[in-house]
Amino acid sequence: MNPANYLYLSALLFTIGASGVLIRRNAIVVFMCVELMLNACNLAFVTFSRLHGNLDGQVIAFFTMVVAAAEVVVGLAIIVSIFRSRHSASVDDANLMKL
Amino acid sequence: METLIGLLVAAPLLGAGILLTGGKRLDRSGHLLGTLLALVSFALGVVLFLDMLGKDTDQRTLTSHLWTWVPVEGFQAQVGFQLDQLSMTFVLLITGVGSLIHIYSIGYMEHDENRRKFFGFLNLFLAAMLLLVLADNYFLLYAGWEGVGLASYLLIGFWQHKPSAATAAKKAFLVNRVGDIGLSVAIMLLFTTFGSFAFSDVFPKVGQASGSQHATITGIGFMLLLAACGKSAQVPLQSWLGDAMEGPTPVSALIHAATMVTAGVYLITRSGAIFNAAPDAQTAVVTVGAVTLLYGAIVGCAKDDIKKALAGSTMSQIGYMIMAAGLGPIGYVFAIMHLVTHGFFKAGLFLGAGSVMHGMNDEVDMRRYGGLRTYMPVTFVTFGLGYLAIIGFPGLSGFFSKDKIIEAAFAKGGTEGWVLGGAAMLGAAVTAFYMTRVMLMTFFGEKRWAADADGHEPHPHESPKSMTVPMVVLAFGSVFAGGLFSINSSFLHWLEPVTGHSEGDSPVSAGAVTAGTMVVLVVGVALAWLMYGRKAVPAVAPRGSLLTRAARRDLYQDDINHVVLVRGGEHLTRSLVYLDHSLVDGVVNGTAASVGGLSGRLRKLQNGYVRSYAVSMLGGTAVVVAATLLMRAV
Amino acid sequence: MTPTLSLAAGTLAATTRTSTGEAVQFWVLGTVAVLGALGTVLLKKSVHSALSLAGTMIVLAVFYLAQGAYFLGVVQIVVYTGAIMMLFLFVVMLVGITAADSLKETLKGQRWMAAVCGLGFGVLLIAGIGNASLDSFAGAGQANAGTGGNVQGLAKLVFTDYVWAFEITGALLITAAIGAMVLTHRERTEERSTQRELSEARVRAGLQVTPLPAPGTYARHNAVDIPALLPDGTPADLSVSSTLRDRGQVRDVSRDAMRRLAALDQASGEWLERKGLGPVRSDDPAADPARTEEGAK
Repeated sequence: MNPANYLYLSALLFTIGASGVLIRRNAIVVFMCVELMLNACNLAFVTFSRLHGNLDGQVIAFFTMVVAAAEVVVGLAIIVSIFRSRHSASVDDANLMKL
Repeated sequence: METLIGLLVAAPLLGAGILLTGGKRLDRSGHLLGTLLALVSFALGVVLFLDMLGKDTDQRTLTSHLWTWVPVEGFQAQVGFQLDQLSMTFVLLITGVGSLIHIYSIGYMEHDENRRKFFGFLNLFLAAMLLLVLADNYFLLYAGWEGVGLASYLLIGFWQHKPSAATAAKKAFLVNRVGDIGLSVAIMLLFTTFGSFAFSDVFPKVGQASGSQHATITGIGFMLLLAACGKSAQVPLQSWLGDAMEGPTPVSALIHAATMVTAGVYLITRSGAIFNAAPDAQTAVVTVGAVTLLYGAIVGCAKDDIKKALAGSTMSQIGYMIMAAGLGPIGYVFAIMHLVTHGFFKAGLFLGAGSVMHGMNDEVDMRRYGGLRTYMPVTFVTFGLGYLAIIGFPGLSGFFSKDKIIEAAFAKGGTEGWVLGGAAMLGAAVTAFYMTRVMLMTFFGEKRWAADADGHEPHPHESPKSMTVPMVVLAFGSVFAGGLFSINSSFLHWLEPVTGHSEGDSPVSAGAVTAGTMVVLVVGVALAWLMYGRKAVPAVAPRGSLLTRAARRDLYQDDINHVVLVRGGEHLTRSLVYLDHSLVDGVVNGTAASVGGLSGRLRKLQNGYVRSYAVSMLGGTAVVVAATLLMRAV
Repeated sequence: MTPTLSLAAGTLAATTRTSTGEAVQFWVLGTVAVLGALGTVLLKKSVHSALSLAGTMIVLAVFYLAQGAYFLGVVQIVVYTGAIMMLFLFVVMLVGITAADSLKETLKGQRWMAAVCGLGFGVLLIAGIGNASLDSFAGAGQANAGTGGNVQGLAKLVFTDYVWAFEITGALLITAAIGAMVLTHRERTEERSTQRELSEARVRAGLQVTPLPAPGTYARHNAVDIPALLPDGTPADLSVSSTLRDRGQVRDVSRDAMRRLAALDQASGEWLERKGLGPVRSDDPAADPARTEEGAK
């Protein structure tokens, strides 16, 4: 098997995650899909690290994880506060950006 | 002595400052203060005059540099005075006649609650006019020029509660503005051409002007003529003078007869060096003068309003002066001489008219006068002397000065001389006609006055001393000034060092001119007596001939202005507005509307749903990936 | 499948293929990962989505380990599957697990656009990868071998080349923690009402003044979803939690008691009839009004 298969898997997972972001309305699930996309990227990084034989890809993946953790904390806090004020976790309900 | 020149201007200026800012506490004494300061100014003028007489001819010019007004590198505007024989003549005329009219106004404006303000304005006028004639450079002259324009505006509109007065003031101001543009352009041209404003710098340089500068000098001459036309009510900027009679009569006498309207003559005479170097401009000047002297005379024949008839006469007489000034060295002296004698008799005539109006409940229609000579004898005599002077009755002032102008016109030589001389001669005849008409309608014949709308029948009476005394003084001037000036050609010798003089080449002898003038004088008087003396004057104006009707309407000058300027301006404005609405606004609004429509459509994409935005992002990313791959593939 | 295999595969300097074991592992677990991802997207309840995602993440952790990224594999499990997914579950719990998300699309054309963009993007990505020449690869062993192990190697990079990024992420984490606190913190804008004010307000509003009745009928049911019975036998709704009431999960046992009584009645009647004593009068007038009237006469 060629390790490039990992990359195909990564692309597939990323696309599935992206579609989930587009399709789902529950903000938490949307957020999970974003995490899925991040993980797909991480897989690609780790695979690149292996293909190239150095550790930089893994370092990047590591930083991605840290940033993802920070992002999750803030994102979930936002979801909770929106839910508190609007009693809804649907992203379609927060459409104040429209004129 | 030099410092006295500054004081000459400062005294009335101080009066204006005090009277206009002093408030109501000066209401009781303000007119006395104003008159006193005018007299102070006159006294200073007399002192300076005596001093000047005591000097040699070539030592007579006094200069006084006060301070630098605009001290900019390459642009130096000075505040400085130059008192020579020409300025001296004007100073005496302005302060002398001005003081008399101040005194007259004490009585005339007695019942006006704004008398203090009136005297403030009069003082302001004196200061500005003195500044105008004493300035040693064009820049300062312009300040005085605008100052007299302002004073004129304020005084014409002095009774601004009357819409006619307010309109007349506005009209005078606007028409004067056209002339002022001419003056400012002339000054700018002078500065760019000669690099200085001062008379002493400019005039010698004009004499040495090189070839290419001659066109500029001609242009300057035309611009100065435009300025003179505006200020001196010459064709085509003459329309404001008749309406300016809406102001109080002393104003008409001082500003719109004796002094301010002669500023144009002063300007042309002062700028003699420029006009001498620009024959084309001189031709324009004499043309304007000749046309105006006939124009004013014709208008004066038809007016029933005594002040408007006198205004037409003023216009005509200034036409004489402008024509004389346009003749060059032949005529400068006589222009100024006529200016001075005219200052006396026209001021006297206006004061007389004011006195008549004073006694007739401010009635101005001569058809409602008649037979007033018994009711107001002093007014009759002084007015009569002024009348004799203006028509050029032998021995009186007007005879000497007007005769000289007609002679000078013939002395121009060639066809031009004959045309100008003929016009001047014809003008003399018409002058005799309309002045006799005024005299007959006012003081002779049956009394024609009746009760006005309120039931007040006028009780004609002689005016108080404060009004009659100035009239008497002016009458003396009207009678003797011309003779005095002509003894040994004293006036000629007095002014010659400033203006220069040449005899010209007259095709007719002086005696023939005098005889001709006498003939036309008699003809004019006789014609008037036939029409207005022998027959009773109807109290309501008859329809009259076509010419009479045209002259009553100032020869349609306002209509011409209306059609050409107002209507034309309106059409221009309307078409511009239309253009603005259809084209400019069309483009602008069209752009805005199309952008707006496009935005409205684009806005539908902004539905506020995050997921829609996410689709756009993913689509965009896909496009970027596709582009990257394509670029790599190529 | 163990990491040693992949490590063994990675020791070769430049290989073109992985071991068969890793291939088997990839195909099996890869299927699981894709199924998990699809589950995350398609399952209705967010709890199920979260669990699917956790599964995918664990599979990814295994893949990391298989590719020689030991440190990341462990971190993946600890941080992602452990911490982040727990956080998700907590929020799901806060927001409410029962609020099932309808999969019916409300935005016009959204699903269609999503399909086109998603498919297009995926195809492009895969095409891009397919285009790349990946015939041979260096392998993780080479990377790990240089500095005496995966963790040491990462540490060396993180604290040398990437130390700036590392510090910045530290700042980012602190900012995120504070941000979360700020976002979820609720500012009290008015004085907290005292107990006296609360009781006064309650009396003024005419609400229940006394403590609410406890749920359950003693001696028979003490579950929280069963209302207490009032003296006349009707259920007292107030005794059940408002949440349960809103959900419609209140069990009414008042009829149940009557039914049991009637059964008892019948049984005793049968028993008495056998003894010949005649029927006993029912205690429940509502159950048989005709008989009550007759009894009253």
